[in-house]
This record gives sequence, structure tokens and C-alpha cells, in this order.
Amino acid sequence: MTSSASSKAYVQNIPAQVLPPPASMVGVVGWLRTNLFSSPANIALTVVAALVAWWLIPGFVKFLITDAVWTGSDREACLAKGGVLPGACWAFVKDRWTFMIYGFFPVEGYWRVNLFFLLGAIGLTWMLWLNAPRRDLGLIFFLVILPLTVYGLLSGNNPVGFLTYPMDLLAGKNVAMAGIFSVLLFLVGVFVGRIRNTSGKTSLVYGVIGLVGLTAFGFVFAKLWAGFGLSQVDTAKWGGLMVTLVVAGVGIVASLPLGILLALGRRSKLPVVKFFAVMFIEFVRGVPLITVLFMANTMLPLFMPDGANVDKLLRALVGIGLFASAYMAEVVRAGLQALPKGQYEGAMAMGLGYWQMMRLIILPQALKVTIPNIVNTYIGLFKDTSLLLIVGIFDFLKAIETARIDPQWAAPTTSPTGYAFAAIVYFMFCYGMASYARMTERRLSVADKR
Amino acid sequence: MSSVDARPGSAASVEKPRVAFWNDPEKRGYIFQAVLLAAVVYFVYSAADNALANLQKQKIASGFGFWNNTAGFDIGQRLIPYETTSTYGRAFWVGLLNTLLVAGVGIFFATILGFIIGIARLSKNWLVQKLATIYVEAIRNTPLLLQLLFWYNAVLKALPEVRDSLAIPGGLFLNTRGLFVPEPSFGPSFSWVLYALGAGILGYFGFSRWAKARQAATGQIAPLGLAALGLIVVFPVLVYFLAGSPLSFSVPELGRFNIRGGVQVYPEFVALVVGLTIYTAAFIAEAVRAGIQAVSKGQTEAAYALGLRPGPTLDLVVIPQAMRVIIPPLTSNYLNLTKNSSLAVAIGYPDLVQVFTGTVLNQTGQALEVVAITMLVYLTISLSTSLFMNWYNARKALVER
Repeated sequence: MTSSASSKAYVQNIPAQVLPPPASMVGVVGWLRTNLFSSPANIALTVVAALVAWWLIPGFVKFLITDAVWTGSDREACLAKGGVLPGACWAFVKDRWTFMIYGFFPVEGYWRVNLFFLLGAIGLTWMLWLNAPRRDLGLIFFLVILPLTVYGLLSGNNPVGFLTYPMDLLAGKNVAMAGIFSVLLFLVGVFVGRIRNTSGKTSLVYGVIGLVGLTAFGFVFAKLWAGFGLSQVDTAKWGGLMVTLVVAGVGIVASLPLGILLALGRRSKLPVVKFFAVMFIEFVRGVPLITVLFMANTMLPLFMPDGANVDKLLRALVGIGLFASAYMAEVVRAGLQALPKGQYEGAMAMGLGYWQMMRLIILPQALKVTIPNIVNTYIGLFKDTSLLLIVGIFDFLKAIETARIDPQWAAPTTSPTGYAFAAIVYFMFCYGMASYARMTERRLSVADKR
Repeated sequence: MSSVDARPGSAASVEKPRVAFWNDPEKRGYIFQAVLLAAVVYFVYSAADNALANLQKQKIASGFGFWNNTAGFDIGQRLIPYETTSTYGRAFWVGLLNTLLVAGVGIFFATILGFIIGIARLSKNWLVQKLATIYVEAIRNTPLLLQLLFWYNAVLKALPEVRDSLAIPGGLFLNTRGLFVPEPSFGPSFSWVLYALGAGILGYFGFSRWAKARQAATGQIAPLGLAALGLIVVFPVLVYFLAGSPLSFSVPELGRFNIRGGVQVYPEFVALVVGLTIYTAAFIAEAVRAGIQAVSKGQTEAAYALGLRPGPTLDLVVIPQAMRVIIPPLTSNYLNLTKNSSLAVAIGYPDLVQVFTGTVLNQTGQALEVVAITMLVYLTISLSTSLFMNWYNARKALVER
């Protein structure tokens, strides 16, 4: 507090020196004071929370890391020594590792599963990385090429065998099937033409090119595939993490388009379309997944014509895919509703038709704002794949369940270790997805703030 | 495929241009709907046709005649009398009641835990907030089924045998066969206590209405907390003692090989309640957090500016607005819990799915009927809840200009 010497007045005419904040407000002490000890109630809370943390965290660390058994070849390693039980039996996980990942898949075919993991990772990165180059190609890779490749890789069957069906038409057998597939391939050609903005005769040319070209491709590919000679692996031999990822992947790939269609149907002005969409969505969302799986498992074979044998895994896939698409439909619908009406009106004023409007104006915006919720639905789907063990599919959790009761590793800590490992794996996948959702949400909110 | 949105005034006065019918959205809409309808009808018809043929071939009876047949299996936990000689219909009710029981108990605990965790996530206390966050993230990102299996197989199965039961103060015992709690036995005059409790609650509601009206008219605040304590707690307790303490407990006694007396709470039930509670609480916590954060800070500040103290601010300003946001996700979480209780089948708790879709389906082979009945039950619960929610939302919705 100084004042100028030349003036008699007690007026301070130079700024007071800025004092440092009190020592108790800055640094570690200040942080502790504001965050942990600001009031008596807060102090009490801190003490309670510290006790809880003190009780939980060292226990976890001891069990999972410091007291854990890392090496050993059988249960002996994980039994109590001198009356003291060791921690997690990681030696057991190490020993049963391949079983938990590949199930009963033949050992010489592990490279096929590994390639599946690699391709999946590439497709996923391409889709999730928002600035990746050529994401339109990525979408085709993810939705068409990847599923077919993976099916061929894992099952050993020619994944595009259906492309040669139209050739039966020339031979005059299987006419109905061949006819349907001819029309479908033709329509694929027309559709590609439409995306490239053709109309009238040009579209028909595209259709013919699609039909002939795809059939020829299928023919050549079948020859190549036969020459390649991948051994066939029955889905009953698929198991472990691989099945979980296959099911989750199919669910993820199938549920979004189906969900979009259902959401559009629910908001459609056509009463019949709306009725069926609402019925389906409300029905599926009203019942537990397990009953849907039971239905797919026990009722689907009944509905099929005599002799048609639906693969057990396929039944489960149908169940999970339908279930997830109903939830996806509600998420997409929320996104559609969030769009201002002007977007629809503007698109219509531009003279766009319904599908053009949806494809070019509405869905890109609606899906963008729903990405976090879509990912949340995927997290739910990923966790729900564990229910497959109830209907007898050999998924990751089932592999853990089978491994943990193996007499070779029977020890008191085997079960907790198996569950801990499963929890860590599921957590990594789900937390990864959740973090991605949060990241996109932040990114989108930046765009909205301007 | 969509019909054109006809604007009033324009469609009527302007003559529609002549277009080919496949280019007329309205006609196209009709054609599309007809095709869809035909496809669905064909699909349903062929499925039903195939199902009938398949059922005949497999010699499986159809219809609901099995409902009154003897079940011939036993159910461990039952709320209503049930024998092996009871009917499948009876087994259905036992399973349904078990589902409702576990859902009710789970909802009760999950709500309490969820609100605590949700508020803790917003705590200014760093440690509390971090612990709550860890809890929510860890629980939400692992499958419920894994958690249930963990609680059942790794925790409850690892409990000591009956001989070495863990004794919990209050006469409780915990061992591999479950939790043994004192069994209450109610004397005949206990009903008086219940009447007193009912009267107390009614009285409290009447009093609070009167108090509210008086506060609105005169500004005088009535001691509601004191009234609640007196009417709902003290009054029934008084009646209890006046009626001669008509409640006694038979405490479980530890024998060499079993436990006599008391009520046995099965380990499957305990595992299911613990698993469902912990799992759903994490989701409820997120709903609570979102609800509280949805009330803008300006509301609190405005309330303070009006001279309200922190307590009434919370009571009258923050909580009513937060609840508007919290209740819809809360109900859907309750519904999820109820539906998730069907995972009981994995740990052998005799709920509706385990009893009916499991055992009854296996014994009768009538998949169509059994799965349909089970789905119908869950659908009824879900749809009635969402009807209630619609009504509630309409009542509580913000009335905007």
C-alpha cells in the first residue's frame, strides 16, 4: 500500500500489487481443499469413499496382478500354498487361450480366423475413421465384400455361389430360383445405374450388364474357388471369441439398414407400411431377447418347408439381427424426428422423389446426429451376443464357461479368473465403442456451436 | 412411394397433371402397399401351413389342452402352493410370480442404488465422483449375463457349506444353500397395525394437501416432516404395542447338516437380485445424472434470487424439473430389468422363462403355444407400462405457448 510522495492526498494512484492467491487455495493443498475437504459433510464423504477405495483397489490389484499365478501347466500351480490362496490363475487363461478365441475350429485353419479378424479391423477402421479416404468404397467393402469374404473364409463354402443361379435358366432346371435371382441381379444393375443418375433405356442397359456381368463373374469365381480348395468347416465347430465377433458383426451390419427401413416405415404416410413397422418394432421391443432367441431356435424350423434345415447359428443370427434392428429403428426414428420440417419441405420443393430426398437430404443429416446412439445400440448388441450360450451356441462366454470347469484346471480361483478375463475382453470392446461415441459426439457438437 | 403431401387450397383448385400411373406417387403408394400386404399374408400363410404340416409329422399336439395336464416336475422356489402333481397352468403362475417377485425386489434396490450413484457422479467430491464413474463404466460395459454367472458361480457357490455358515448379526446365515433369514409370524391382531399404517398414510396425504392449500393462501409453512413421522411411523408403532406386539420371528438355528426354521432365500434368487440391481443401477444412475444436468443452473440461481433457501430450492424447483426428465428413462430401465430377469434361465432361477419356455416346452414340445404365451406376458407388461408412460408424459409435458 504505497502512495505517491509528491501528493498529500491519501489517494492511491498506482495499482495495488497483485498478491498471490492464499497458499491454501493453490497447488496440491488447494486442490485437496476444494475437491475433497471443502466442508464437514464433504470430509465425511471423502473418508467413506477413501475407505471404500482402500478396501476395493488393493484387493483388485492383488488378485489380478501381484498375487496372480502367471506360469504353470495345470491346477497344481493355482492351488493354495501354505494355506494361502494365490490370486488370479492367469496360467489357466494362457493355457486355454486358443480355445477361448477359436473354439473347436481346426488348428490348421486358424489363419482363416486371423485373416477374418484382420479384415474386420480394416473395415471397421475405414468406417469409423471419419476422415478416411474413399469412405463410400469403405461402405461397400464393409457391407458387401467383407461379409461375403468372411463367410467364404470361415465356412469354406463359395460365398457367391448364388451368382451362377441364372445359368440354370439356360439349362432349364430350378426355373423358379433361377428366375428370382436373374431378376435380382438385373435390379442390382439398374440400382447401380440409378445411383449414377441414368434413366430409361440406359438403366435397362445397366440391368443387362449387371445380370450378365455378375453371372459371368460368379462362374469364373466358382472355378477359382474350387481350385483354391479351402476345407469346409461346419458352423458347429465355430466357437469362442470368433463366434461372438461374427454374430456381433452380422448384427451390426444387418441392423442398421433394416433399422433405417423400419424407421422410415414407421414414419411413412402409407397406413399399411406404418402398421407393419409399428407392429414389428413394438412387438420385438416388448419381449426379452431370450424369448426371441427361443422363438428363432424352436419355431423357425417349424415354419420352414419340410426338409429345409436351417443352421443353428443362422437361426440365432436371424433372432439377434431382428432384435437389434427394432431397437435401431427407434434410434433412427429419433434422429429423423430431430430434423426440422424445413429440410423435408426444401427437398420436396427441389422436386426430389421420396428415396432421393431420403438418400441425399434426410438420412445423411439424421444419421449424423444419431451416431452416438447408434453406437450405444451396438454396445447393447455386443453385450447381448452373450445370451447365445443359453440357446447352445458356442460363443466367447460359453467357451469361458466350458474352460473354467475343466478338471485339469479345477482350482478355487479358476472361475473368478475366467470371469475376470471375460469381463476384461467385453469391457475393451464396449468401452472402445463408447469412447468412439463420445468422441463423435464432441466433434458434432463443435460443428453445431459454430 | 410416398403420397404427396397435399396442401389445403392448392390440391383442390389446381387440376392434377396427367402422369403415367407408375409415376404418380399416390397410385404407386397403393401398389406398394398392396404388394407388401400380399407378401406378408403369403409369408404368414406359408409359415402356418409349414408349421401345421411339420407338427403333424412330428406328432406334436397343438392347442392349449396341455394347460391342465399334470406337470410332473418340481419347482424349488414358489410363492403359491405347487406340487409335482400340479398342472402346467399352475407352473405358469408359479413362474410368473417368481418373475414379478425378482423384478419387484430388483427395481426397489436398483432405484435406491441408482439414485445414490447418479448423485455421486455429480458430486463436487473428486474421490466420490471418480468412484461412481468407475462403477458405472465397469458395469455398463460388461454383459449382464457375465455378471450373473459371476455372482452365482464365483461368489455364491464359493460360500462355505452349511456347517461353516457365515453368521450375519440379526440371526441371518449365509451358505451355499442361500441366505437364511428370520421368518416373521404375524399374530391375528397384526391387521390392526396395517390398518393404522394405511390410515396414517391417508392422513398424511390429506394433511399435506391441506398444508399446501394453506401455504398457497397464507404463506404459512406446516411441519410436514414432523407430520409424516407422527402419522406414518409413530402411530402404527403405537398401535402395534397397544395390540400386544403381534409379531414374532422364528430365528434360523444352525444344525450340523442343515438349518432349522427361518426362511430360505435361494442362492439363485440372491444372485439374480444382486446382478440385476447392480447392472440396472448403473443405467439408472446415468438417467438420474442426465436429469439433474438437464435443469439449467439459471433455475437454481433464480430460485436463490427469489429468496428460497437451498432445501426448498431443491424441493420445489430442481427436483420437479429433473423428475420430468428422469421418469421416462427410469421406467424403461424398470422394463429392461423385468425383461432381463429372464436371464434367470442361465443360473436356474425358476422364473417364467425357465419354468415355462424351458421345462414345460421341453416336456410338451409345443413350442408355438409356449413361446407365444411367454411373449404375450412380457408384451402385456411392456405395453401397459408404455401406456402408463404416455399418460404420464401427457400429464407432465411442458405446456408451451
